[in-house]
Amino acid sequence: MTARITTRRQFLTLVSGALVAGGAAAQLEPNIQALRAAALEAAIRKITGGKPVRAGKVKLQVPPLVDNGNTVPLSVSVQSPMTAADHVAAIHVLTEKNPQPYVVSAYLGPRAGRASITTRARIADTGKVIAIAQLSDGSLWSDTVAVVVTLSACLEDGLI
Amino acid sequence: MSPETRAMQDDEATGPAVFWLLDGEALWKRKEGPAGAACASCHGAGSMKGVAVRYPKIASGRVVNLEQQINVCRTERQKAPPWAYESRELLAVTAYVARESRGMPIRIEWNEATAPFLKAGREAFNRRQGQLNLSCAQCHDDNWGKRLAGSVIPQAHPTGYPIYRLEWEALGSLERRLRNCMVGVRAEPTTYGAQELVELELFLMWRARGMRLETPAVRP
Amino acid sequence: MARVVVNVPASAKRGEVIEIRTLAGHAMETGFRRTQTGELIPRDIITLLVCTYNGVEVFRAELHPAMAANPLISFTTVATESGTLEFKWTGDNGYAATQSASITVV
Repeated sequence: MTARITTRRQFLTLVSGALVAGGAAAQLEPNIQALRAAALEAAIRKITGGKPVRAGKVKLQVPPLVDNGNTVPLSVSVQSPMTAADHVAAIHVLTEKNPQPYVVSAYLGPRAGRASITTRARIADTGKVIAIAQLSDGSLWSDTVAVVVTLSACLEDGLI
Repeated sequence: MSPETRAMQDDEATGPAVFWLLDGEALWKRKEGPAGAACASCHGAGSMKGVAVRYPKIASGRVVNLEQQINVCRTERQKAPPWAYESRELLAVTAYVARESRGMPIRIEWNEATAPFLKAGREAFNRRQGQLNLSCAQCHDDNWGKRLAGSVIPQAHPTGYPIYRLEWEALGSLERRLRNCMVGVRAEPTTYGAQELVELELFLMWRARGMRLETPAVRP
Repeated sequence: MARVVVNVPASAKRGEVIEIRTLAGHAMETGFRRTQTGELIPRDIITLLVCTYNGVEVFRAELHPAMAANPLISFTTVATESGTLEFKWTGDNGYAATQSASITVV
């Protein structure tokens, strides 16, 4: 039987080709990415209790290309009359790629006057930021923004 | 610098540098040393207006930056121990003093006194250094506006120091930022307070002359 | 010395929706960072901010490690009556900070 792979160079080219093809898209090892996706799903399920979430009413404002992932200004506003009968009870913000999915959970009510919060988040990696609003009637609404995060230039540690 | 970052800088009430300014104000009024003298004891209200835009300055044949001048006052006038470079106290008081000049144009002149130091600073700016063998000029004069790994290369005018750098999540001095640049080109970073570093600071401020001070600025 | 700053308008018209900005000085150590030698730096964050208006809770926020250092939280409330807004932050390792602001509602 003749060997197909005759030289070390050919073997390495074959192996690295497979790695590049599979690995180019993923920035993390596949199991870490799967774990984080599962954690995000579990967090969303905890908030929603399994009830359906519709896109709409919520406006999540995050810069699409962040200057620095350490401090990302974000704001969430929800269309709502904010009366006792019809108001936003809570706004939750989550990220897709952080080591844990929650950013902040704000609890409002009719005394808020407007459903609007502003804060600054840490976003570790390029991915989605999700805002979910829970209304007084039990309905759930959300908005999602895709954010690109890059490394700062000239860091102190000297590590890339 | 994105509009969102600029909005953080313009938010004077709840911008991230606020705590250092509050600390700076408290330290400015704190009595120090055996004579119990505070900065405020000699420097009356409003007296720091226009000061930071003239720093670094030449004194006794050396170039001195604002941090060093604050320590000179501490050791010689207040007879108190100097604050370490990048300590919270020194950053807070430097920011507090420089804040008084916010909005004023930077005033560094090329004259007989400053010429030798400016020449040295300019040489440093144009000198290749580090394993990457790059000079400041190659990025910040020749390639400003273009992108380096996702960030836009600025012209590198130090108009807002000490800055709240988002990367540091804290306030820091121009020297800290310059040392980051040196690490970036894989050069040995110059020691804090060394004349070569202050000469470079002087040159950079001269290069930014006429631009308005934005201290405390917010930068990525 | 826990440092916090709140920005509340000094006065407002009855029924007006006012913006409140709060800032807390805190490193918000995530618990996910490691030292140069590989040890995990333990989590140390602010976990809760509660705002009461003349004793009635009008806003609450649960903070997680994904909040930036020196956390800013801005929200709105209806200026219902003159009085005091109290802000209380609590967090890991017994962190606690309070601040109050008066408002005159005309």
